[in-house]
Amino acid sequence: MSVLRPLDKQPGLNTATILLVGTEDALLQQLADSMLKEDCASELKVHLARSLPLPSNVNRPRIDLIVFVVNLHSKYSLRNVEESLRHVDATFFLGKVGFLATGAGRESHCSVHRNTIVRLAHTYRSPLLFCDLEGTLLHIPEFEPRCILRPCRAGIFSPLLRMKKHVQEAGRLAQ
Amino acid sequence: MDSYDTPESTPRHSASSRLKDYFIGATPLQKRLESVRKQTSFIPTPPRRKIPQCSQLQEDNDPQKVAFLLHKQWTLYSLTPLYKFSYTNLKEYSRLLSAFIAAEKQKGLAVEVGEDFNIKVTFSTLLGMKGTQRDPEAFLVQILSKSQLPSENREHKVLWTGWFCCIFGDSLLETVSEDFTCVPLFLANGAETNTAIVGTWFQKTFDCYFSPLAINAFNLSWMAAMWTACKMDQYMAATEFLWSVPCSPQSLDISYAIHPEDAKALWDSVHKTPGEVTQEEVDLFMDCLYSHFHRHFKIHLSATRLVRVSTAVASAHTDGKIKILCHKYLIGVLAYLTELAIFQID
Repeated sequence: MSVLRPLDKQPGLNTATILLVGTEDALLQQLADSMLKEDCASELKVHLARSLPLPSNVNRPRIDLIVFVVNLHSKYSLRNVEESLRHVDATFFLGKVGFLATGAGRESHCSVHRNTIVRLAHTYRSPLLFCDLEGTLLHIPEFEPRCILRPCRAGIFSPLLRMKKHVQEAGRLAQ
Repeated sequence: MDSYDTPESTPRHSASSRLKDYFIGATPLQKRLESVRKQTSFIPTPPRRKIPQCSQLQEDNDPQKVAFLLHKQWTLYSLTPLYKFSYTNLKEYSRLLSAFIAAEKQKGLAVEVGEDFNIKVTFSTLLGMKGTQRDPEAFLVQILSKSQLPSENREHKVLWTGWFCCIFGDSLLETVSEDFTCVPLFLANGAETNTAIVGTWFQKTFDCYFSPLAINAFNLSWMAAMWTACKMDQYMAATEFLWSVPCSPQSLDISYAIHPEDAKALWDSVHKTPGEVTQEEVDLFMDCLYSHFHRHFKIHLSATRLVRVSTAVASAHTDGKIKILCHKYLIGVLAYLTELAIFQID
């Protein structure tokens, strides 16, 4: 069972599980911490993984949202995400996947061109957020309307929009 | 799905043709706004295609005259267009700049330990340093010291050199009006204090703005690929890369040197389309180097930051320092740097 499928398990009662995938351990940890600090109506579980596929011998709840984190300063993190994307079922991309790109603020350190990650997110029809650990959240405005234009997936998008707030929070904590 | 698309596309199509008619008589400012609007459109741009720089030198470019530009380390800056700059007033500009430098030195802002030299400034044009006929002429500014001793009356020691050029700057040239001279690339060699003084004078006189041009790892890997692609008769230097590993106490530097003929052989095996370099080829070239290194040392170089690239054609550092070693590909190297400078201005 190396491919992640969105509906292969029963949903947990009043729980949402988010999976963060990326090579940037510090950032994933900070994002997860700030997400868990926030009050929410249902219980939130955050899983962290360096890459997919996830080990199959572990009993884990159903994943509701996957966020792939790419560091624009490191080509390695992009390759890692590209490899991991192959282990996700196509139906996951109907609103349950998001991309987060860090490091766009420091243009002089970028090894990955911004357009590469934009094209990747566009190929997978998933929203892309740019953020920096230093606390600024850079928006690519073209993606904003796409988030809103999928009202049927509002239940899934609220964790994603909340994630946006957590990114800002994580950034502020990092300062 | 298709039936939804067609009614959307026709009003957009007629709108764009109306927009085109509007812009035929547009002012340069409107043209610039239109180009900025085009850049922020949603569709991600296709992979870039660049032509590797073979000897596209202008005929009147005398190798001897530009020899002093080679083998020197230049610090790069990008420069916004100069307002009301005239090539006929160069003598006037030299006089004004000399006076300004003398005044600054008197103010004590640039204190030089040692003898108090008499400073002479010269402005001169560099013929042949352009990509197309439309590019403005490149010009050179030099700060020379006039020795006090009568025996050495003729000798002028060059203290500082700076030159301005624009190679294939069409994308910038078409958006500015007649009053502006576009020389977006500025290269300086010499004391930092002198660069600052000259920069201040230019900013005051021509209402322009200098900013340091940093070269990120993405562009450095493009440079590595393009310069390795250049055909050389003999290789003067090895192809070297320097990576900086982000570590907590002190950053670690990894240096990787390859025999230039091996690098060229690797490039030839990767290169498909003649005369063009594509993003895929650059990525493949760098990935081959990374995987070779990983096989031997188990270190993922792709997780580190490329800081310096050095080939027989030129060497570049991420802080915006460049050294051009080969006269044949001088224009080619400058063309890419001009593009980076224009991109930074935009």
